[in-house]
Amino acid sequence: MEVKSGIWIMRDYAKCSGCRLCEVMCSLYHEGKIWPEASRIRVFMLIPGVEFPHFCTQCEDYPCVNACPVKALSVDEETGAVIVDREKCTACGMCIEACPGKIPHIHPKDNYAVICDLCGGDPQCVKICQLGGWKALWIVPRSRVEKHCKLYARTPEEVAKELAINMYGKFGEELI
Amino acid sequence: MNGIGRGYAGKFLEVDLSREKISELKFDEDTLRKYVGGRGLAVKILWDRLGSKWDEIDPLGPENILTILTGPLTGYYPGGRVCVSGKSPQSNGIVGSTVGGEFGIELKCSGWDGIIVTGRASSPVYIFIKDDKVEIRDASHIWGLDGKQTIKVLTKELRNELQSKYPRYGSWREPAILYIGPAGENRCRIAAVMAKWTHAAGYGGYGAVMGSKNLKAIAVKGTGPLPEVHNPIKTYLLMHEVYKACIKRDNMRRWGTGSAGYYVGYALSSEPVRNWQEEWHNEKSFGVDAFERRVWIKRYWGDFGCPTTCLKIAIVRSGPYAGAITDNPDYELQAYLGTNLGIFTPEENVYVASVIDDLGLCGINAGNVLGFAAELYQRGILTKEDLDGIDLKWGNAKAFAELARKIALREGIGDILAEGTFRAAIKIGEMKGADVMKYAVQVKGIAVGAHGIRSGLDYPTPIAYACSVQGGDHTSVARLPLSSHGSEVIRILLDSAVICIFNYFSEPSLFWKMYEAVTGWHETPETWSSENGLRILNIQRAALLLGGPDFTWNPKIHDDNPPRFYEPLPSGPHAGKQVDKTEVEKLKKEYYEAVGWDENGIPKSEILRKLGLESVDKVLDKVRKKFESKS
Repeated sequence: MEVKSGIWIMRDYAKCSGCRLCEVMCSLYHEGKIWPEASRIRVFMLIPGVEFPHFCTQCEDYPCVNACPVKALSVDEETGAVIVDREKCTACGMCIEACPGKIPHIHPKDNYAVICDLCGGDPQCVKICQLGGWKALWIVPRSRVEKHCKLYARTPEEVAKELAINMYGKFGEELI
Repeated sequence: MNGIGRGYAGKFLEVDLSREKISELKFDEDTLRKYVGGRGLAVKILWDRLGSKWDEIDPLGPENILTILTGPLTGYYPGGRVCVSGKSPQSNGIVGSTVGGEFGIELKCSGWDGIIVTGRASSPVYIFIKDDKVEIRDASHIWGLDGKQTIKVLTKELRNELQSKYPRYGSWREPAILYIGPAGENRCRIAAVMAKWTHAAGYGGYGAVMGSKNLKAIAVKGTGPLPEVHNPIKTYLLMHEVYKACIKRDNMRRWGTGSAGYYVGYALSSEPVRNWQEEWHNEKSFGVDAFERRVWIKRYWGDFGCPTTCLKIAIVRSGPYAGAITDNPDYELQAYLGTNLGIFTPEENVYVASVIDDLGLCGINAGNVLGFAAELYQRGILTKEDLDGIDLKWGNAKAFAELARKIALREGIGDILAEGTFRAAIKIGEMKGADVMKYAVQVKGIAVGAHGIRSGLDYPTPIAYACSVQGGDHTSVARLPLSSHGSEVIRILLDSAVICIFNYFSEPSLFWKMYEAVTGWHETPETWSSENGLRILNIQRAALLLGGPDFTWNPKIHDDNPPRFYEPLPSGPHAGKQVDKTEVEKLKKEYYEAVGWDENGIPKSEILRKLGLESVDKVLDKVRKKFESKS
């Protein structure tokens, strides 16, 4: 599948303040209410101070889309985002298994996988992160970063451990 | 009904640790309208259940009640806090003690507005809440662990458990955890209820209450949305306004309160220096720029939904204090675990603060009692022998850290200091046959916050602490007019709603609009301070005056400042200034009148009946009789 233009959300974990306003905005946009567990972007804090946003990286080979047994997942040709068809999705979890970062999760109330859809090209999480000046998230044209996207698909455990050592040095190893 | 549609989940969780019984509790709309949540509702619950025998309740006995309550604005108005309360082992009254973090959000998302813990477990336990499932569990494997280890072990095991119970969900996030350190386990009256390593509900001593119940921690994971509000569109629009107002505050965002460790001393002459012997310093080594260059590794750190992110993360990477990790420290801990101990470098300050965090002590109350002990050492009243060989000289960071450890473990002199400055002063006074209360900088058992009143330049007024229903608590000070943003009655609503005071001050008018958008109830500073707020204040006052069982306050003596505030400031541009006793008496009289207290400081029958507090009035007869027979 070929994405015509597309955007990518660049991320700098070191700048994440842990404020979780990205979750507030994401869930307001998608669910019409503040609902952290239904947010498409989720901030993990496996170690205090080591907060980071965890959300879809739009791998160039889309392993989640390929793994879906009922073809509920597709790629938006404009944005490059993974789109979940809620009617078709059976919440079997195969997309989660296939994701190198175990990024998708099942909606806490309804029976479908939750994956970032880039808000149709205008991501709410980026807006608030920019407004607040943290700039942990910003938008770049996907064409510039395509080969690097998949590298960011890491499990929360991997990211937390490495960030903790980056932040706290050898003391970080004892905190995990 | 029950607050549903007004920012409330609609039900409260009650856990009886003695009977291992878990039940659900609801409050009618009239109660919620009047007492809101957080501090206000805690006051209502405590009074209803314990009021008639208040003076007999041992704060560290199974009969005490620990409340952990959110408010309707928790999660909506930034940032996320919960209010911890109970009968305070410091003041013997009621203190509303708030703590930041995601706990309140997770709790509301799990469908609960708050937790009421009664009784005492027969052995160490923790409570795990996953939405509507609640379990009391064995905590013997985490009892004794410090803060960082407690979070590490609980996060790991609870995530593993969620992962294996719900394997198809995807990656589970960590639950939010409130916990106590060794200080709380050992029932130190200056122990805090902790969150996220560094966050503390410190004032009141509720870490000791949790410890007395054998309750090591409460962890919660909620997967639902925040409860419905009265007017969602208005609420979300106002949220944006609040964000914008907070984001404009460059000073608060860039430095948090961490610029005050230098500024409050240098510019305002109101920072505790060496147990308040001075309140001025010009130590540029303690400037916020030094913290930023030397120890801060995260410039903006915040709790759920907070656009201000005033916290910072600090680490010492090399030298004798390598490995010390804490937040900013914030102003209170820069002062109390820095200047108040004669410490003026970021590294030593971060080190002592990290030790205090790990032990689960309240940084303010612990820094206060450490400073008190050091002054007694300076004066030769406490000797090296009394301190088991610790050389408690001003600025000796290692010595203060070692003494803090002894306090948390109640070893040697630590057993006495663990009682807090007021009770320690009585014991040491008896031990040494000397009046040491004059060196105790506390009001009604609670350490005075790090904002002095002698220079007259900081925000507290001469009666700020003397007439507060929460003693030395600098976040809840007596002030006129009652409807002013800094008054204790207004703070009661902020602690009941439950929101962050700093974000309130980004633009106070937005809070009142948001209160109405979320709850559908109209309040203004004027209406709140003349009825609902005044009602809560008067119950708190009644509980404080009833006190007991180990000590009961006499307003004639104890509605006053620490003796130190009547000594002239010895140094700085405001040297010579002191608090004027006549002024205090005059202001006290005005304050008593404004809140409806008689000349003895006891709430009058007239105001209590007007507020519908007949039961309070009746119980207070005990106190009235006592003062009549004395006078």
